[in-house]
Amino acid sequence: MALMNMAKAINLALFEAMDRDDKVVVMGEDVGPDEGVFRITEGLYNKFGEKRVIDTPLAESGIIGTAIGMAIYGMKPVCEIQFSGFDYYNYHQLECHAARFRNRTRGRLTVPLVMRAPYGGGIRALEHHSESREAIYAHTPGLKVVIPSGPRNARALLHSAIQDPDPIIYYEPKAIYRLFKEEVPDTMETLPIGQSNVVQQGKDITLISYGASLRATMEAAEMLEEEDGVRPEVIDILTISPLDSACIIESIKKTGRAVVVHEGPRTCGLGAEVVARIVEAAILYLEAPIRRVTGFDTPIPYFSKERFYLPDAERVLAACRETLEF
Amino acid sequence: MPRNKIELPSIEYMSILDENGVVDKSLEPKIPVDKLKTMYRYMLLARRTDERMLLMQRQGRQGTFPQSSGHEAISMGSIIHLKKSDWHVPAYRELAGLLYRGWPIETTMLYWNGFEEGASPPEGVNDLPVCVPLATQLLHAAGLGMAMNFRDDNGVVMTYFGDGASSEGDTHEAMNFASVYQAPVVFMCLNNQYAISVPIHKQMRCETIAQRAISYGMPGIRVDGNDVLAIYQASLEAVERARAGEGPTLVEGLTYRYTPHTTSDDPKRYRSDEECKLWTSREPLARFKTYLTKKGVYSEKEFAELEEELDTIIKASVKKAETMAQSEELANPLAMFDYLYNDIPPYLQEQRDELKNHLEQMKKNKAGTSPQKHQAGAV
Repeated sequence: MALMNMAKAINLALFEAMDRDDKVVVMGEDVGPDEGVFRITEGLYNKFGEKRVIDTPLAESGIIGTAIGMAIYGMKPVCEIQFSGFDYYNYHQLECHAARFRNRTRGRLTVPLVMRAPYGGGIRALEHHSESREAIYAHTPGLKVVIPSGPRNARALLHSAIQDPDPIIYYEPKAIYRLFKEEVPDTMETLPIGQSNVVQQGKDITLISYGASLRATMEAAEMLEEEDGVRPEVIDILTISPLDSACIIESIKKTGRAVVVHEGPRTCGLGAEVVARIVEAAILYLEAPIRRVTGFDTPIPYFSKERFYLPDAERVLAACRETLEF
Repeated sequence: MPRNKIELPSIEYMSILDENGVVDKSLEPKIPVDKLKTMYRYMLLARRTDERMLLMQRQGRQGTFPQSSGHEAISMGSIIHLKKSDWHVPAYRELAGLLYRGWPIETTMLYWNGFEEGASPPEGVNDLPVCVPLATQLLHAAGLGMAMNFRDDNGVVMTYFGDGASSEGDTHEAMNFASVYQAPVVFMCLNNQYAISVPIHKQMRCETIAQRAISYGMPGIRVDGNDVLAIYQASLEAVERARAGEGPTLVEGLTYRYTPHTTSDDPKRYRSDEECKLWTSREPLARFKTYLTKKGVYSEKEFAELEEELDTIIKASVKKAETMAQSEELANPLAMFDYLYNDIPPYLQEQRDELKNHLEQMKKNKAGTSPQKHQAGAV
């Protein structure tokens, strides 16, 4: 076991994946000698050289579009889009092509690429550098979307993503890149895509979250236990799409109450899908309306006021109490 | 079946004022003294503001921002040709031009310090705000120019982008649209040779960005981007063509990114000090000062007085920016809901109320009136 932060754990996964499979290449803006603006590709250029760690021209659509060609040729491109706020340029390539080649060709041509991008707020970044738009990708048939919440699952999920035969969006909550360390096993491990994780067992209410918001959710769970004597069950979604409905439904059948927490906008956000799945499969088990604690349906404010937008423990706690009191 | 050469226009390189301040008399544009003074004033104001903001960033009083030092000649040498009714569509290193067009210094400070108010153009200023995504603004510029044509208005749009942005698809689309509709747009490229860490020779294989103009059927020229006279002359010709209904032009100013990409960047990781030093000796402000001195536009004493005057202005702006940041209006988080649509839809009003109530509750909690806790076992 080695103690490391999430940035290091993602870097480790890239190292391991490139080491064991020479078809894996890393490509993007500044991923070479600069080692990525968040230093996620640290050491890779020196170890694997410019044919496998590819500094591209500045064009996101170019990165994903060419990665599709490379993937069809049999390579495994792991693309870095520098900030998720710029991945709209390449959305067309993902939606119309990466996500559809398998289907269009009845399984003959596949696109096993990974798009990594730091997303989310909380680091006082400038405009267009703090968005959470994972729901767009969850809404796109043919893509899978994963979001780690800590060093260990970040490394394991990235391995699974790289090994997956289909295109994967791997969103990295940048606010927690270096926020805390965790023990990571010495041997490589994977984590099944499509599987959520019950991070805390409880009985009175289920809190559902992912990414950086899981921190605020856990904080609220602790406050709830300490101040109200209620121990919530907490689910870390991990895979945004395909969603692990079974895990959520099972928990709701036990608790009858739920609060969903994420920092992306509320309307058609992941919370909406979670609520729909619960209502479809477990409405008779519900004791109270389900609450969503999310970013608002506005662009995330510039950083001087982003803290009011991002769900914090206080907002989660207030929603939990309302749900419990219903 | 012939196999002939297709004749294409060739691309010129122009330099008028060299790095030692020596001017090529045969090319020297006739610029009135008051215009020369204006250009120098705003170039210097931008430089000193940039330096002050860097200092403040290091003190934690300013957010991450991209410095504009060294890019003043491209911005100021071209924007000077615009009338008030013309349009300015910047990227994000055109501080000199923004200040000249009437943006108060404090708006720039507020923008890069996380306040939306810093992106709002002053009344009557035909500028779009700085554009952080790359190359997208070029299409807006093309559209403004197309509108001028379709409405039979006589105006010009001046827009800016970098060498990195030239790789984005939007750059191609913008130049093609502008050309197809003969829109009166001047595309000013700040080729500072770096897209964060990626040097220009890894960004593209062609000799110049200017030569791409040929493929859009518009004139293109590369000039020394540290030479404000060359920028002045090239962009003057472009503006005159645009006003005469002869469509867009691409002007590439070759300069250097003297600073890190932003205050978060560390260029030592990817380029040498020697290279930086070499280019620093070519920066635009010093040679312009030499030129103005030789021409007798300013005496040493007057240069010093100008420095002092601008320093006073900047200090007052810092104070103003910091006071504004503390004001009730700018500190109000509920404003995030108020400008998204012309009329706030009901669901958004509910979210606004939700945040308002939450903040009020938090205030009460702090004052010691905690909300009722949930009692375990009550469910």
